[in-house]
Amino acid sequence: MLKIASKTSGIIILTTLALVVIFLSIEAVPAIFASQDALRDQIPWFANSGDHNIWQYSIPLLFSTILAALLALLIAVPLSIAVALFLTYYVPKRISSVFGSLIDLLAAIPSVVYGLWAVAVLVPRLSGVFNFLSRNFGWIPLFHGPVAEPPRVLLTVSIVFAVMVIPIITALACEIYSQTPHLNTEAALALGATKWESIRLSVLPFGKSGIISASMLGLGRALGETMAVLMILSPGHSFSLSVLMSGQHQTIAGNIAANFPEAGSLGVSALITTGLVLFLLTFIINFLARKVVDLPLKTKRRKK
Amino acid sequence: MVCYNEIMKNYVDYGVGDSDKEFAKKSVRFAKSGLKSLKLFSLVAISSFVAVASLTGCSNGDQSSSSSLSGQFAGSGASSQSSAVDVWRAGFQAKNASASITYDGKGSGGGRKDLIDGAVLFAGTDVALTDDEVKKAENGACKGGGVVEVPVYISPIAIVYNLDDVKDLKLTPVTVAKIFDGAITKWNDAEIKAENPDASLPDKAITPVHRSDQSGTTENFTDYLAKTTDGIWKHPASGSWPNNVGQSGQGTSGLINVVQQSSGTIGYADASKVGKLSTVAIKVGDKFVKYSAEGAAKLVEDSPYGSSEGRYVVELNRKVTDPKYYPLVLVSYQATCTVHKDSKSADFVRSWLTYITSDEAQKKAAEEAGSAPISESIRERIKKSIETIK
Repeated sequence: MLKIASKTSGIIILTTLALVVIFLSIEAVPAIFASQDALRDQIPWFANSGDHNIWQYSIPLLFSTILAALLALLIAVPLSIAVALFLTYYVPKRISSVFGSLIDLLAAIPSVVYGLWAVAVLVPRLSGVFNFLSRNFGWIPLFHGPVAEPPRVLLTVSIVFAVMVIPIITALACEIYSQTPHLNTEAALALGATKWESIRLSVLPFGKSGIISASMLGLGRALGETMAVLMILSPGHSFSLSVLMSGQHQTIAGNIAANFPEAGSLGVSALITTGLVLFLLTFIINFLARKVVDLPLKTKRRKK
Repeated sequence: MVCYNEIMKNYVDYGVGDSDKEFAKKSVRFAKSGLKSLKLFSLVAISSFVAVASLTGCSNGDQSSSSSLSGQFAGSGASSQSSAVDVWRAGFQAKNASASITYDGKGSGGGRKDLIDGAVLFAGTDVALTDDEVKKAENGACKGGGVVEVPVYISPIAIVYNLDDVKDLKLTPVTVAKIFDGAITKWNDAEIKAENPDASLPDKAITPVHRSDQSGTTENFTDYLAKTTDGIWKHPASGSWPNNVGQSGQGTSGLINVVQQSSGTIGYADASKVGKLSTVAIKVGDKFVKYSAEGAAKLVEDSPYGSSEGRYVVELNRKVTDPKYYPLVLVSYQATCTVHKDSKSADFVRSWLTYITSDEAQKKAAEEAGSAPISESIRERIKKSIETIK
């Protein structure tokens, strides 16, 4: 009975995935095989980009999508790990459970609310910080000025992404760290390690693969996030690294949402092609993440 | 359940605009008819109750008005006219209580596609159908006939800006083009100063703000710049913004939000959404003109128009030199077929288009959605187009 149930569930998931790929591919065909003239004639945003085919059009979008998500993870992962360690090892149980449920609550807030908050509260307050970054660290290509005013730029988007994924990663990290075998930590303490050393020696290695999975989950949300990009970013179409300048970047999801409403049939097809690219990207990233997650577990087993 | 649904439907229909009184009257009528039936069938309590329910529910169409239009009618298309369509739907359903109309403001392109595929009876669109699309429609949903297209929604586009202490900014189209193309970057540029000798212009960077999504407003704005600047604006008219200068906002409200948020910004938006922002007077001939509903409607009235049967397509004359016109205008159309699969649909489309272009409906839209009412002579031309619907 259980075998049949799990088998059908597995098949359903795989067929859904296959159907998504088939649907995206079929819908993308007209744009993939359309001539450059037809694309330029019928799709105004394609004509403005000056690209020759739809793949060329997708690559800058893909670049910005990855850049925004990576920056978000760069901010979110260390913070989440710190918060999770703090909650599991440094704070009394009662307080940590209150904090834990608050974090779960944060994870459930819809992205449009974060978007509204960013537009109304965060964006006007960030220009000072960004100007400081640009003045002092402008030699790093990332912080190249002049800073856009108001700062509707990719770094703002990344910060909002980070705020969105911190609760997800933190909640999972708490769960993972709290399952570290007590014997390991206690053994480390017994050998004379300080609290931080015992965490470094026993908790962090134990949680490594779990943290990577948690980060991937956060990355998935950041890659597909739409509303916040739509509301915060002044988009552009380039390979620029300058995340403090406006009119440089646009994510795939944001681009689809912005151009879909007024798109004609070829336009919709072109947007679906970019969607297919995003789908392939997430697929590859998840695949790589699986590999990474599996690696340390194997070596551990061998040690046993 | 039937009754409940009917009441809810009417509530929803009348709830828009100030038709609450209508709704109250209607509810009383409902109640009265219910009582009457109750008396008639008072002998058997349960059966009478059921009867009341069915009677009040089903007799709804007969008592409300003399119109025989009933059924579900769908439209889709331009989001620019959707707030006006909401007003018109409420007004139309007040006259034809058993007609229910839906409008999906999914965008011009989507609406035109739906019309060609036969998914909707009418489509709203910010640009006229292309010849290719007309041909497709004539082989598709409009087989055996042609396409009818009439302007239903005229709205001036205002150039808005946010600059402390500077009111009544005046700009020529060439200066506007240079600002939006990044050639003029400071508010105290000599060219702006020359056009505004009395204003105290600050030494501040200009941040042009455009739409980040594809839109009819952008298309009309860039068309205006392309036609009035003798090549200074190098990009052709396009629904999608052509350069990377400045900032952008999603949708009209997003753009307005960006302009409001920081000083030194300048953008363009549907005049009804301007709010408290200052607007630019643009040069027409040798005078500077602020946006006005009259100026916009006048331009549409006096512009040349395509004469093919049923399709009344305005070719806006943006190069006018008479200051009674305001040349930065958006015209949104509604399109439908000349032949329909049944007489019910044809009747509906005819009376719908007649209603929404009527003086009453246009004035309502002007009040609620901030559009410019179409003039009498435009209405005469529209009438001729509507007559081609069989």
